Amino acid sequence: MNNTEIIKKSLMKRHLAESRFKTYGILGIISATVFLIVILSTIFIEGKSAFKSTYIKLDVFFDPSIIDPDGTRNIDEIRFANYRKVIKNSLKNYFPEVTGKEEMKSLTELISSSEEENLMQAVLKNNDLIGANKKVWLKASSKIDIIHKNPEMKDLSESNRLISDKELEWFDKLTRNGDVKFSLNKIFFLKADSTEPEQAGILGSILGSFFTLVITLILSFPIAVAAGVFLEELAPKNRLTDIIEININNLAAVPSIIFGLLGLAIFLNVMHLPRSAPIVGGMVLALMTLPTIIIATRVSLKAVPPSIREAAVGLGATKFQSVIHHVLPLAIPGIATGTIIGMSRALGESAPLLLIGMVAFIVDIPGSFTDSATVLPVQIYLWKSTAARGFVELTAAGVIVLLTFLILMNALAIFVRNKFEKKW
Amino acid sequence: MKKTLFALSITLFLSANSQLYARDQIKIVGSSTVYPFATVVAERFGKTSGFKTPVIESTGSGGGLKLFCSGLGTEHPDITNASRRIKSKEVNKCAENGVEDITEIKVGYDGIALANSKSGPSLKLSLKEVYLALAKVVPADPEGETVKPNPYKMWNEINPSLPAKPIVVIGPPPTSGTRDAFNELAIERGCKKFSGRKELKKANKKLYKAECRGIREDGAYVEAGENDNLIIEKLVANPDAIGVFGYSFLDQNRDKVKPAEIDGVLPKFEDISSGKYPVSRSLFFYVKNAHAAVIPGIKEYVREFTADKAIGSDGYLVSKGLIPLPDDERAKFAKDGKKLAKFDPKVLKKN
Repeated sequence: MNNTEIIKKSLMKRHLAESRFKTYGILGIISATVFLIVILSTIFIEGKSAFKSTYIKLDVFFDPSIIDPDGTRNIDEIRFANYRKVIKNSLKNYFPEVTGKEEMKSLTELISSSEEENLMQAVLKNNDLIGANKKVWLKASSKIDIIHKNPEMKDLSESNRLISDKELEWFDKLTRNGDVKFSLNKIFFLKADSTEPEQAGILGSILGSFFTLVITLILSFPIAVAAGVFLEELAPKNRLTDIIEININNLAAVPSIIFGLLGLAIFLNVMHLPRSAPIVGGMVLALMTLPTIIIATRVSLKAVPPSIREAAVGLGATKFQSVIHHVLPLAIPGIATGTIIGMSRALGESAPLLLIGMVAFIVDIPGSFTDSATVLPVQIYLWKSTAARGFVELTAAGVIVLLTFLILMNALAIFVRNKFEKKW
Repeated sequence: MKKTLFALSITLFLSANSQLYARDQIKIVGSSTVYPFATVVAERFGKTSGFKTPVIESTGSGGGLKLFCSGLGTEHPDITNASRRIKSKEVNKCAENGVEDITEIKVGYDGIALANSKSGPSLKLSLKEVYLALAKVVPADPEGETVKPNPYKMWNEINPSLPAKPIVVIGPPPTSGTRDAFNELAIERGCKKFSGRKELKKANKKLYKAECRGIREDGAYVEAGENDNLIIEKLVANPDAIGVFGYSFLDQNRDKVKPAEIDGVLPKFEDISSGKYPVSRSLFFYVKNAHAAVIPGIKEYVREFTADKAIGSDGYLVSKGLIPLPDDERAKFAKDGKKLAKFDPKVLKKN
């Protein structure tokens, strides 16, 4: 056997190995894609219905004897009037056949109790409504909404359905008369948490996440960049800096709950900062993000060619000047990319926040860094663990919102990298 | 640029510290069973009273009392919810940290349901059978004077009239108040049906507690975490499994699961309220009275929670699955709440 033959034989084998390797790679990518598609599509299918909700058209009579019995137009009087009764009366007119206390009660429950507040606001804005008749689209309660969104549930037997036969009958009557419609679920974008699925919104937790991340960024970015620059450019190479370097790398891999414990022990128990506040959440997440940004800073500083430093020093710049004037600006795109990635990890974090009280039921929309707040992933978790059926679609919708923010942030990171990064 | 950032972060620190002493929002912690009711009250309270909506964390009864008892001052919670009564140990802990003046409010009852998937058989169990199926050790003789490790694998080994299905029960972990109550109300009471076990209680209380409340750890009882929705999902997936959870979850998922009869009684509203359904417990919350003068709205919140429109027999919490107190008992706690009557730890029995 001469050499050519030997090579030819082994060539065949090597080509096979190569194509096998390729197949493994393709299989890996395909399975990852399939999983991604399955996860995203189930979330999307489940969550998209949360963006619309059911409204019912009723002829509302703003009865002066309920809203303003004394005719004084006193604001307090109007504010505390029984608007439930106003809604009840208009339902009574629509369904004159309904009598009996129990039936009347379940009839009133067709309409979301958030509408009481809306009617009050409408009257406060326009006092002339008192005594008037007006056709109003009112938000339906969650169980009506679920039946409207899942018409196949109507065919189930009464005990297997969320609503009774009577309620279904009423709903069918409304549908026949064209007094039921889908409309954008504005509340979802304008409110915070609620115990009623149809009144719960995501804005509170979006703002909570925003305030938390602002603190995280303000604290972690300057400290991390300063630390990174010092370790990479100015620090002497000795055992101490080696130990620090190893510890920073280790810190990046520490489970996030540990940072929560640290936050509880130091920020709450020693510094007595308020529980459930974004300022504490931001500080905890800043600790978590620090090593990520330090590492990104060092990597991008390393990527700046030494000739830049040498040229600066050669022209008489101090070490500090060469770094601040020349090296750091060139490394900024890489640092920014690393920071954005670190921030998006902080955005998706919930475990450390559990310990500092940010996993809580919070109805008021936070307006500052010290107001009680939750964040997006926590809101998703809270909705997932609530009993009422209407929260299932809200959970998925919350995931969609969170994913949208994550994708936007990662897209920004990619954009920054491609636009500003210099290649040498 | 960096200088301003640093300055900004320092200002933030200081502003956070100065605001600390001016909290105007009630903070509530505690039981995950009371949480769904407390959140409804808080939301209504926030909408109608003009005060800020209280912040509620679900930490479990034990965790809540720990936070509650850790001291006075705005960084500590004002109210804690509990799905069991405060223990004398906890009262002492509270007193050590200066939290002496507290008010106890009982808000209602909660039934613990045993339920299985709609596609499974309808179950009729007795407390004795539940005990035999789930206890770590079961009586080795008919009187229960000696014990052996739980040998039962199938329901019909306990009672031939039960289905020939493997024993799989999915329930809450030991940190949960629901689990405490289940051990005490179901397992222990089943255990007491054996005269030998009852005598053990007099002779060796510690051993009795361990043996009559201990749940088997050989895989027949599956701990599902504090998420009751997860239990429901697992029940639907496995028609042979039985789940343990609160009545409100049963109520919300009647299309998926059905309850088992316990000692001939289904977990129905009236029967839990009257005490006829054996596995039911009381729900409480505790108020730190020293905070009532400092944090605005505490008294009003208590009034909202004890009002007839909330926990009365037609109250809005009742439609959420709370089992109401009898009227005279509710009136008593409403009165306690109004004057924030000091809780007397002497009423706790020593155990």
